[in-house]
Amino acid sequence: MNLKKRFKEAKSDYFTYAGVILAFIVISVLKANGGLNRSQTGLLVPICCYIVMAVSLNLTVGILGDLSLGHAGFMSVGAFAGVITAMGLYNVIPSAPVRLALAMIVGAFFAAVIGFLIGIPVLRLTGDYLAIVTLAFGEIIKELITCLLVGVDAEGLHIIFNVSGSKTATDLNLLEGGRVIIKGAQGATGTKTIASFTAGFILIMITLVIVQNLIRSRHGRAIMAVRDNRIAAEAVGIPVTRYKMMAFVTSAALAGAAGALFGLNYSNLAATKFDFNTSILVLVFVVLGGLGNIWGSIIATVILYILPEALRSFASYRMLIYAIVLIVVMLTTNNPVLKTYREQLREKFGKNKDKEATGA
Amino acid sequence: MTSGSLRVLNPPGVWEAKPDAMIKRDPLVPITRTSYIPERDADKTPILECIDLGITFGGLKAVDNFNLAIGRTEIAGLIGPNGAGKTTIFNLLTKVYQPTHGTILLDGKEIANMNTAQVNRAGIARTFQNIRLFHNQTVLDNVLIGLHNEMDYGMGSAILHLPSYWRAEKIARDRAMEYLTLFHLEQHADDLAGSLPYGAQRRLEIARALATNPSLLLLDEPAAGMNPSETAELMENIGKIRDTFHIAILLIEHDMSLVMNICEGIVVLNFGRIIAKGSPDDIRSNPAVIEAYLGRKGGKS
Repeated sequence: MNLKKRFKEAKSDYFTYAGVILAFIVISVLKANGGLNRSQTGLLVPICCYIVMAVSLNLTVGILGDLSLGHAGFMSVGAFAGVITAMGLYNVIPSAPVRLALAMIVGAFFAAVIGFLIGIPVLRLTGDYLAIVTLAFGEIIKELITCLLVGVDAEGLHIIFNVSGSKTATDLNLLEGGRVIIKGAQGATGTKTIASFTAGFILIMITLVIVQNLIRSRHGRAIMAVRDNRIAAEAVGIPVTRYKMMAFVTSAALAGAAGALFGLNYSNLAATKFDFNTSILVLVFVVLGGLGNIWGSIIATVILYILPEALRSFASYRMLIYAIVLIVVMLTTNNPVLKTYREQLREKFGKNKDKEATGA
Repeated sequence: MTSGSLRVLNPPGVWEAKPDAMIKRDPLVPITRTSYIPERDADKTPILECIDLGITFGGLKAVDNFNLAIGRTEIAGLIGPNGAGKTTIFNLLTKVYQPTHGTILLDGKEIANMNTAQVNRAGIARTFQNIRLFHNQTVLDNVLIGLHNEMDYGMGSAILHLPSYWRAEKIARDRAMEYLTLFHLEQHADDLAGSLPYGAQRRLEIARALATNPSLLLLDEPAAGMNPSETAELMENIGKIRDTFHIAILLIEHDMSLVMNICEGIVVLNFGRIIAKGSPDDIRSNPAVIEAYLGRKGGKS
C-alpha cells in the first residue's frame, strides 16, 4: 500500500497530533506574553493530566469495551509513587525535569503492576459486574494510600503501613534532615512542585502515539475484535484474555504517568482527591467525547474542565449550569434526528469530494 | 400422518445428484473399522479424527460415541434433523465446549489441552450459523483480524511503527485483498461489515475464516437464507476453496441438493448419535436416514 492511502486512512491521527501541537504553541505564546492570568495558568497542568486520563480510559472503555469505574485509582497509585520518587531523589538528582520524567516512569510502572494484579480477577468478568468490581478496587486503593506513611532521610525510604491508625509521622524515626513525604490521610505534604505545562504536553503526545498507533496495529484490531464479538475473536485465534490485559494494563500505566504529573503539581495532595467522583468525571469526558474517539476525548476534557472555572461568575448556580450543559450536550450528540442529519451532510460532502477526485 | 413428517426439509426429488456436478469427488475407502476418507487422501493421516467423542449436559447425552475421520482434501457433510447435535459437534471441535469423553486428533495430534484460540492456530477455522462478524469494523479489517496470527510484529514495533510493522501490514493488506477478491468483496473493502447484504456477510465470514490459514474449515449452514443462485455460487466457492487452498471442509447444511452435490463423505446425526455414514449414494438409500428425515413409512399416528 502506498503512503498516500496510508495517510488518508490515518488522517484523523495526524489531525489530532497537529491540533495538540497547535494548541500547545498558542497557549505557550499566550503564557509568555502574559495573556493568561494566574488561575488560568494553574489549570494547564491538570488539564494535561485529565486529557491523558481520558484518552487512556478511552482505551479501556471505548476500544476494549469494558466499563471501568476505578480509573482514578491508577491515577492515585501513579501520583503517590511519583511523589515518593521525586521527593526521595530530591537530594540525589538536582535536575527537576529528570526527576519529573523518572517520577512519571515509576508512576506508570506501579500503576501498570497494580493494573495487572487487578486485571487478573476483574477481566474474568464482563459488563456491570466488571464495572462494580473496578469501582471497589478504586476505593480500596484510595483507602490503602490513606494508611501510608512515607519519609526519606540519609538512610533511604522509611515506609510504615498505618493500618491501626495509631501511628504518626514521628513513628517513621527519621534522622535529622529527613523529610516526611506522605502523611497518611493528609496525603503528600510539602511536595516540591516540579510539574510543568511542557511536561504535560509531552505526556499527551506520548499517550497519543501509544494509543493511536496501538489501535492501528494488529494488536489494536485484536482488542476491538474482542469488544465487538468475543466468540468470533476467539474463533479466529485471538487470545482474548491476553489482549484484554494488554489494553487494561496500558490504560493503567498511562493513568499512572498522568497521576505522577498531577501529584507533582500540588504541594499538598490527599488520596481522597482520587475518589469515585474523579473516576466518573473522567468517564464523563470519555463518553461525551465519544467512545473510541480520541480527539473527542481531548476536546470534551478541555471544555468540561474549563467550564466550571468559566462559570465562576454564576456563583452558586455554577454546578447547576454545568449539569444542564452536560445534559444538553449528551442529548444533542446522541439525538437520532441530528445524527442522521449529520450523516447525510457527511455523505453529501464525501460524495462531492469523490466527484472532485474523479474529475481531477 | 407421522410425527416425523414435520421434519421434512426438502422434497425427495432434490436428493438426486445432478449429473453435471462440477466438483471432483472420489470414492470413499475405509481407514479404520468405522471411518472412511476419499481414496486420494488414503495414504496420508486424516486431517481430523474423532474417536468416541461425546459430551453430556447435566445427564443429557448431547453427543455420544461420535467417530469420524476427514481426509486432507475432503469435502464432508454433517447432516441431521434440527437439534440432532450438529452445531454441538462444531463447538466440541473448536473447544467452545469441552468434551466429556473421547479424543479429537487434528492432523494426528491431540487437541485436548487447547482452548478455542489455540485450536484455531492449530488449524481449525469455522463460521457460525448466526453470522458473527465484527459489524462495526470494515470488511477489510474483518479479514485483517483473521490474519492476526499471520503477522508477527510485537507491541513495541506496533507503537513505534517500526519497519517490521509496515512490512507485515503491507503483506497482510495485500493478502486480505486477495481473499476479498476471491469472494467478490473487493469493492466493499472499506464498507462496514454490518452494512453488507446477507449473502455477502456469509462470504465475508468464510473469507475471514480462511485468512487464519486453516487446514480444516468448518462451515455451519453456509447456505442458510440464500436463494438458489446464491447457493449455486456457494457450491462453486466451496469447491474453489478446497482446490485453491488444498484444505478439508466439513459443513453442516440443511440444503440437501448442496450436500448431495458437493460432499464426498456424509455423516448423518440424530439425537446426538451417528445413524449413517458414507458416500451420498449410501446415504440417499439408507433406510435409517430416510426414517430420521421423513418419518417411518406407514408409522403410527
